[in-house]
Amino acid sequence: MDTQVMNIIEQTANLEHANIPDETVGDVYVDRPRMTARNVNVFYGDKKAIDNVTLDIAEKQVISFIGPSGCGKSTFLRCLNRMNDTIDICRIEGEIAMDGKNIYAPDVDVVPLRARVGMVFQKPNPFPKSIYDNVAYGPRIHGIATNRAELDDIVESSLERAGLWNEVKDRLLQPGTGLSGGQQQRLCIARTIAVSPEVILMDEPCSALDPIATARIEELIAELSSEFTIVIVTHSMQQAARVSQRTAYFHLGKLVEVGDTEMVFTKPQHEMTNNYITGRFG
Amino acid sequence: MNSFSLAIAVLLISSGYFFLGTRALTANRAAGARLHSLPHYYGLFAGLMAALPALALLTVLAIGDDIVFNQLALGFVPDAVKAGETYKEVIVLAQISNVVNGINFGEQPDWVYEAAEAWAGWQATSTTLKTITALALSLLGGLFAYRMLNPSFRSRNAVERILMTVLAASSAIAILTTVGIVFSVIFESLRFFALVPVSEFLFGLTWNPQFEGAERAGSGQMGLATYGSVPLFAGTLLISVVALSVSVPVGLFSAIYLSEYASPRVRAVVKPLMELLAGVPTVVYGFFAALTVAPFIRSTGMSLGLDVASESALAAGLVMGIMIIPFVSSLSDDVINAVPQALRDAAYGLGSTRSETVRQVVLPAALPGIVAAILLAVSRAVGETMIVVMAAGLAANLSLNPLDAVTTVTSQIVTILVGDQEFESAKTLSAFALALTLIVITLGLNFIALQVVKKYREQYD
Ligand SMILES: Nc1ncnc2c1ncn2[C@@H]1O[C@H](COP(=O)(O)OP(=O)(O)O)[C@@H](O)[C@H]1O
Ligand SMILES: [Mg+2]
Repeated sequence: MDTQVMNIIEQTANLEHANIPDETVGDVYVDRPRMTARNVNVFYGDKKAIDNVTLDIAEKQVISFIGPSGCGKSTFLRCLNRMNDTIDICRIEGEIAMDGKNIYAPDVDVVPLRARVGMVFQKPNPFPKSIYDNVAYGPRIHGIATNRAELDDIVESSLERAGLWNEVKDRLLQPGTGLSGGQQQRLCIARTIAVSPEVILMDEPCSALDPIATARIEELIAELSSEFTIVIVTHSMQQAARVSQRTAYFHLGKLVEVGDTEMVFTKPQHEMTNNYITGRFG
Repeated sequence: MNSFSLAIAVLLISSGYFFLGTRALTANRAAGARLHSLPHYYGLFAGLMAALPALALLTVLAIGDDIVFNQLALGFVPDAVKAGETYKEVIVLAQISNVVNGINFGEQPDWVYEAAEAWAGWQATSTTLKTITALALSLLGGLFAYRMLNPSFRSRNAVERILMTVLAASSAIAILTTVGIVFSVIFESLRFFALVPVSEFLFGLTWNPQFEGAERAGSGQMGLATYGSVPLFAGTLLISVVALSVSVPVGLFSAIYLSEYASPRVRAVVKPLMELLAGVPTVVYGFFAALTVAPFIRSTGMSLGLDVASESALAAGLVMGIMIIPFVSSLSDDVINAVPQALRDAAYGLGSTRSETVRQVVLPAALPGIVAAILLAVSRAVGETMIVVMAAGLAANLSLNPLDAVTTVTSQIVTILVGDQEFESAKTLSAFALALTLIVITLGLNFIALQVVKKYREQYD
């Protein structure tokens, strides 16, 4: 067979893989980083799930992670508060620093780290406890409040900031599991901000919610971004465009492109990002 | 033909119909007919129709013929014998069937031989009848079904219905047997309560069934035996409490360790080991208790200046507790594993340590299930017999001191029913009354446990 034809066939077959750049396209570095990841690799057993990712997370900004499912968005997100430590087979290389201190250094304690880097999960997961106890859980285990009045204040202001106070103020002692899905997710957000984290990680926080509850959470994210640094994984490009200032596009464990959200969606520099946002695959 | 070879014959006929039916419809399909179901369903239908009615008839006849023969044989018993003081149907029937089977205990009266001869005749007739009816029913049933087969016959639905009936019949057998057992226990208990007042049985403080006064029931004169069951239930309670105070903490903690702390590799080794403990026969635990633990407790107690019986509630309870550990741990392990990972993630995500997560999130969520596990463990402890018989003694002392020898309900039942018994006596019948009380208690516990489990199930949905 003609070698030229062979080459074309080969190129087509390897298109997705061949075109992933070794270097990320766009600005991985920012002026005022809250967290910095340098050459991070993550393995599940022998399988590499994150491949040499370098990325800065800017202070008091929302950054969204997008990409086809299974590309490692959640995995990378969970590295930022060491939630991957709870998975036995998960191993991480490289450095992730917060305020210049490597959070994977041997002397770092994960308990205060996770209080500083809070997390909201894909499916609302309130504890089977009262609404009050759900929000008070974090302050209690970290000894944040010294007396009941202080704890009451924390609970109220957290629910307030999560936009839930008016809906639940008369039923604080009822189980959190009795709320609607969207309310449960806002309860989980209140629970997270009750320990005053600096960074909040959200893994597809709206994927289990209806459009109205989703809109409510998106508003909330916008409000919270004045106070917190927020990292959100989303499978919805519209959501990424609406809530985030920066966007990072992952593919097969690599960080392909990162930049201002507007730039990424209007003028993607990498062909694969372009394909993804125009819906050609993923 | 005897019943066994008859059953084989019926099965052969049935498989014949299966092949015929399958082949016929396969041929139909090859000829272009549209079948409602796959061909083997047609075969199955014919085969099942050949087998099931015939087998059912065989079963009924096999059980039924002896009952009929018994009644017929009683007709041979002379009225004079029936009027006699010591006449018992069971004994007469045994005499007759011994002769039928060629077992001879000395010379029997003439009517016994006559009855036996007639019996043998009935048996021959019955066998012939069984052979003919079973084979005929099988052949005809199969033929009837085979004739019904045509491509549009809904054989798949019919087979489903037949199989459902068979399954339902099986569960009916299981339920009916249980109901039968319960009723026979109730019936015998009622006979016991005709001899001994319920109040004495339930509230009496002395259990001494050994010396039965002859006139007890008839004359109203009290016999020497006393049937106060309180010491037995107190003993059961005492031993169960000791057992549970060993098995619940140890079982629960090991379940927590296995599900929350142990690495997968440790878990893969330890869990089967724990389950192995559950497979050790209780009699082995029994002699461990009697020969190792009881003497050890006694000598330790003596060196502390305590008065310890050589067989003590403590020894039996401790060993029973060890026996129940795997039971508690494996049930709790299931319950703890059923707590959604999302709740643990939430707790860890807020910066909880492992023990905080376990104490404040996992255990509260699993609590109802754990309570159910404990209640089931209580049923186990209350029902356990062998260890108590071997290690706690048989003295029905009314005591809540674990260093004393006590006895339990189940071990008393065993001692009462072991050896030769006079079936009509209050002593023997008391075993049924004890069993009835025990059934009621364990049923109650299981019922509560199931309610709790049900409530627990609803929680995450
Ligand atoms: N607990 C785990 N054990 C083994 N492999 C995992 C685990 N979690 C994720 N993975 C694998 O890592 C890859 C990335 O997964 P994930 O980070 O969940 O992707 P995303 O969130 O982008 O859909 C996938 O191939 C997935 O199969
Ligand atoms: Mg994910």
